Amino acid sequence: MTTSTLPAAAPRGRREARPKPTARERWRLRGPLLPALVLTILLTQVPLLGTVFYSLRSRNLLRPESDEFAGLANYGTVLGDEYFRNAVVNTLILTASTVVLSMALGIAFAVLLDKKFLGRGVVRTLLITPFLVMPAAAALLWKHAMFNPLFGMLNWALSVVGIGKVDWVSTFPMPSLVLMLVWQWTPFMMLIVLAGLQSQSTEILEAAKVDGAGPWDTFRRITLPHLRRFIELAILLGSIFIVQTFDPIFLITQGGPGQATTNLPFAIYQTTFRAFEVGEAAAAGVIVVIGTIVIATFALRVISSLFQEET
Amino acid sequence: MTTKSRSRTVLAASVAAATFAAACSGAGAGGGDDTGTVTIATVANPQMQDIEKLTSEFEKQHPDIDVRFVTLPENELRDKVTQDIATESGQFDIVTIGTYETPIWAENGWLTSLDEYASDPAYDVDDLLPPVRDALSFEDSLYAVPFYGESSFLMYRKDLFAKAGLEMPDQPTWQQVAEFAEKLHDPENDVAGICLRGLPGWGEVLAPLNTVILTFGGQWFDESWNAKLTSPETKRAVEFYVDLVRDYGERGAPNAGFSECLTATGQGNAAMWVDATVAAASLEDEKTSKVAGKMGYVPAPTVRTDHAGWLWAWSLAIPETSQQKDAAWEFVSWATSKEYHKLVGEELGWTRVPPGARASTYEIPEYQAAASAFAEPTLEAIENVDVNQPGLHEQPWTGVQYVSIPEFQDLGTRVSQEISAAIAGQQSVDEALAKAQRMAEETAQEGGYQE
Amino acid sequence: MATAMAPPRADVPAAGRTGGAQRRSRRIEPGSVVTGVLAWVAAVVMFFPVLWMFVTGFKQEAQAATDPPTWWFTPTLEQFEAILGRNFTPYLLNSLMATVGSTVLVILLATPAAYALSLAPVGRWKDSLFFFISTRMMPPVAIILPLYIIANDIGMLDNITMLSLIYTVMNLPIAVWMIRSFLLELPKEVLEAARVDGASFGTEIRRIILPMIAPGLAATALICFIFAWNEFFFAVSMTATNAATVPVFLTGFVTSEGLFLARLSAAATMAALPVILAGWVAQKWLVRGLSLGAVK
Repeated sequence: MTTSTLPAAAPRGRREARPKPTARERWRLRGPLLPALVLTILLTQVPLLGTVFYSLRSRNLLRPESDEFAGLANYGTVLGDEYFRNAVVNTLILTASTVVLSMALGIAFAVLLDKKFLGRGVVRTLLITPFLVMPAAAALLWKHAMFNPLFGMLNWALSVVGIGKVDWVSTFPMPSLVLMLVWQWTPFMMLIVLAGLQSQSTEILEAAKVDGAGPWDTFRRITLPHLRRFIELAILLGSIFIVQTFDPIFLITQGGPGQATTNLPFAIYQTTFRAFEVGEAAAAGVIVVIGTIVIATFALRVISSLFQEET
Repeated sequence: MTTKSRSRTVLAASVAAATFAAACSGAGAGGGDDTGTVTIATVANPQMQDIEKLTSEFEKQHPDIDVRFVTLPENELRDKVTQDIATESGQFDIVTIGTYETPIWAENGWLTSLDEYASDPAYDVDDLLPPVRDALSFEDSLYAVPFYGESSFLMYRKDLFAKAGLEMPDQPTWQQVAEFAEKLHDPENDVAGICLRGLPGWGEVLAPLNTVILTFGGQWFDESWNAKLTSPETKRAVEFYVDLVRDYGERGAPNAGFSECLTATGQGNAAMWVDATVAAASLEDEKTSKVAGKMGYVPAPTVRTDHAGWLWAWSLAIPETSQQKDAAWEFVSWATSKEYHKLVGEELGWTRVPPGARASTYEIPEYQAAASAFAEPTLEAIENVDVNQPGLHEQPWTGVQYVSIPEFQDLGTRVSQEISAAIAGQQSVDEALAKAQRMAEETAQEGGYQE
Repeated sequence: MATAMAPPRADVPAAGRTGGAQRRSRRIEPGSVVTGVLAWVAAVVMFFPVLWMFVTGFKQEAQAATDPPTWWFTPTLEQFEAILGRNFTPYLLNSLMATVGSTVLVILLATPAAYALSLAPVGRWKDSLFFFISTRMMPPVAIILPLYIIANDIGMLDNITMLSLIYTVMNLPIAVWMIRSFLLELPKEVLEAARVDGASFGTEIRRIILPMIAPGLAATALICFIFAWNEFFFAVSMTATNAATVPVFLTGFVTSEGLFLARLSAAATMAALPVILAGWVAQKWLVRGLSLGAVK
């Protein structure tokens, strides 16, 4: 049920048949691509060059006279800085726990939705809603209506089972954020896994049943392997987005208490717009981009293979 | 045929929409960037929200000037305004800043000198309270005018004290306050013994905490800029503060700042509160407060110093980059004028007049009557502040609850996060202060202060 | 695990997969009751925060922040009126302009680009394709300051056109990948036939391709709409008054009045509603967009 794309492209292109396109022909082919490409380069690569430039200067906007060439000093500062190392660790924890938990829940929900029951359409609609809520609104909603120690709904739910009041964001900052993000990202995982489930061939499942395989065995031996590619895709794309998490941190914890929830995007934001240490922030930015390129290269290889396998 | 015409329509519609989007530069609150539009960035405190309400009066008097507000909570306001000023973006014609920013930014050449404007006799610049005016000047030039000025004091519930048989001394000590807090702490009924800020931000938790550090005999830096955040006095002070708020403070203290404590106290959820004098005006407003008339006000608690109040003034300044300086001044002078104080009194109630800015305000009979509970303590607290040496030790900067160097904005924020984490119980005070000390030492070295 | 109760596979066809099969199996399986209960519980728990936000928006402040929570009350429109009275409309208009403007632009740019990366591929098309997606992986914070300074230098700070352009670039990778997947699905025969008919290049695109991928373009536009409407980081960093969008309104007005829960809920409801409705209506396209066109 998935579409394949990469390998199919070349044979379909009709102009591919010609041995060697002329220069004019090549430009005619490129024409449609250029506007998108140029705009993307203008708004992403040019600023990135700016970031590289700033990363080599010791500049603090609050001290206008401080702008001078600093070589790689900023990189040394950033790599040696506890603050940034801590942010890296937090980013990994936040991303990994959110991805794993939302994937587990996503699979469970998808399995439920793959069955037939009364009101399935409504249930599906309700289940995808958390993903649609504007993240800024969701963050504020969780902060004030869910996590609030005095009248938050989480504490109310706990009081029903006899647990006393918890100051969520202060006592369990990281788990609180993960909880909110899992709520937000489970629908994403669920949708992709559900698409995978629904693309299973019914014949194979029937055959398994005829062969006497129990439902759990069938799920483990047939469904899960079939889902693998979908799960990989969902994890990959989910991670790309969740690594960049900024809104709930900015709005719920401001990176705190202490640095308990300061992830890389927030750390760089804070260095840029609170400390105005432009040089250090830029160096951190460049390091993050390099890290992203390394991971992305790997990720893109997986994506690419996923698209190929699906043919 | 049909498909063709349909796709054409789609295309045409898309192009039209794109052109439309490109042609508009935004819907802005007042519509467009025509001359006479003055944009003001301001902090979301009650007094500032009053001004937003009354601006129609100003616009009536000045039909050619259109005022637009960007109202943000304190921390976000600082980010936004500093970002705008430091990159010289000129998005704002008026910025709301305090006594900390004004001299530093004036030195950087970011602010317009107001001397010429303010010399207009109608404005009566000499009526501004001297300590506040000094704090807003750089090299004898005025760079910002106070919207309201404040010190800090102790606000307490007279009714709860009476019920518990306690009596508040005229000048309480912190030890006494801790005892009161213990006795009055009543979480069952959602009444905290004391509300104290715990929200990260140098203007949030650090403001009251630094006054405690100073009166305990501690300090941030000594005369030669050696960081002193792990000195025994400082440590004792911070431990005292953190223990007090953890044991008898409000729920959710690590996220409670001025606004949250104001809500808590105003809703009757706190027996005491040490914070800005300006809060009294809101607490005495019967429309929003459940404790109006029940509050008593005494000077900020002390330990080893005679006084322990801070000094702050939310003030209006005009960035050098503003294209609308004259119009901006029109608004600034209106918002800080005697006339405005009268307008607030008549329209919104006399308790809501911006305090601590003009001496003449304290001579208005209606104000004296309405604000009798807190007017005198406020004025006294402001006058008692010694910005040159608020603590026991000499300090190489001017200011009470902050260190007047550009780096403090970042240093203070980071330290405040550590303190807040200690209040949240995520780490011990020792750990928090050890980190804070490292950061402070680093800042002093990198900034070239330790010569 | 719920699968333990799984009924025979043929009786549980996926939604919309085979309409006929669905009609064949009307009887309720014993396992489906358990499944249904579990699924409903999950749905209610997941949806509860949204429902609570919606409900709280209709309360008075005094009923919003109570312990225990107030379940029954007389709904009021007071909070919604208060928000509209607080100059909410300009933010809404800005959001609309940035969202619609960028979405239209994305479709206009991505469609030809996707064409050049699929049906009439340029040299090294694979590199271009991955270049696009790699820009989506780059964290926005890494380029925010230069972007801010450039925008300031060309006088486009706090400007809706600038914000629209940023959103365009933000959504281009997703749109290019998605539209490309639709293009590659076009039946070869139709394209061949058009060419045999001697249709010109332009005619081929306009008359054959565009109409056929129109639903795909709509799906792509929907995804772009969702991402642009919900975007917060660029909006909060690059705008102040002229171009501030709905998420900025939420932070500016909410954090200062943190405990005005009813009003916050009303504001959040109004901010979130357009995308929630759009997402509900267009559920079947969501998964395709979120997976960059890889999963139908």
